[in-house]
Amino acid sequence: MAVIATAFVFSMLFYLLLTAGSGNIGIWSLPELAFAVGFSAVLALVAKKIFTKLGITPTRKLLNPKRWALLLVYAVGPFLFSMAKANLDVAYRVVTGKIRPGIVKVETGLKSHLATTVLANSITLTPGTLTIDLDEKGNLYVHWIYVKSKKPRPEEVCGNFVKWAGRIAE
Amino acid sequence: MIWAIYLLFGIGLAFQALGSVALHRFPDAYTRLHGATKCTTFGSIFIYLGVMLYGAILFMEGQTSYAGLVSHTFLVLVLIMVTNPTGAHAIARAAYRSGIKPKLLVVDELRGAGK
Repeated sequence: MAVIATAFVFSMLFYLLLTAGSGNIGIWSLPELAFAVGFSAVLALVAKKIFTKLGITPTRKLLNPKRWALLLVYAVGPFLFSMAKANLDVAYRVVTGKIRPGIVKVETGLKSHLATTVLANSITLTPGTLTIDLDEKGNLYVHWIYVKSKKPRPEEVCGNFVKWAGRIAE
Repeated sequence: MIWAIYLLFGIGLAFQALGSVALHRFPDAYTRLHGATKCTTFGSIFIYLGVMLYGAILFMEGQTSYAGLVSHTFLVLVLIMVTNPTGAHAIARAAYRSGIKPKLLVVDELRGAGK
């Protein structure tokens, strides 16, 4: 049931974003609103069917709206800030050519696949660090454009991302 | 208000340009990925913010159809934030596995990891 509800909410949101500005009920026209409800209902049922057929049991954690809110807070707050900071750092390295690249191992200590994915994507999206591979224990291998220490603590590579990834998806 | 849009576009274009310069400055595939994918993402974010601001201004002036410009750009912004790291990671991993060695390395933890 939770899968259907989540799929419904997200496809509805997607459709409403795509058709914004089409009329004057709010900013949508009546047919678009009706189609939004109809299509989302169909899509939610299809999603449920496909998930059952392929035997995927979605992680229940992500069905919790609180975690999505946390993800949003993380994306516009600490993440955007460190991304801006790292961008200026890489801009400096592009101009001066001062690089000291290396592949370091980051021991995250995260258990769930979801949290590891969130962390790896955050690291990759931040300039200067690029996740290349990971192993079974959840350690990430990160290409770092300016290696400060050869055996770094996670905070040196990715700040407080580990804490946030744990909070969002662990 | 129009100057705020120009400013956002300016910042965006500056980062996009840095991304292109990085392609020429850096020595190998991995370091180039840093410049080419990350700087351009950050630049794109500012350009999208400028477009969203433009749409919002027109919307406030009463042209309601411009709400679509804001929401579509927002969707693109979210999608690029999700797909960009995935693509960058896929290129880097494929490059490492097909034996392209990173240059100027001071440390390579991945080599000893049996990958």
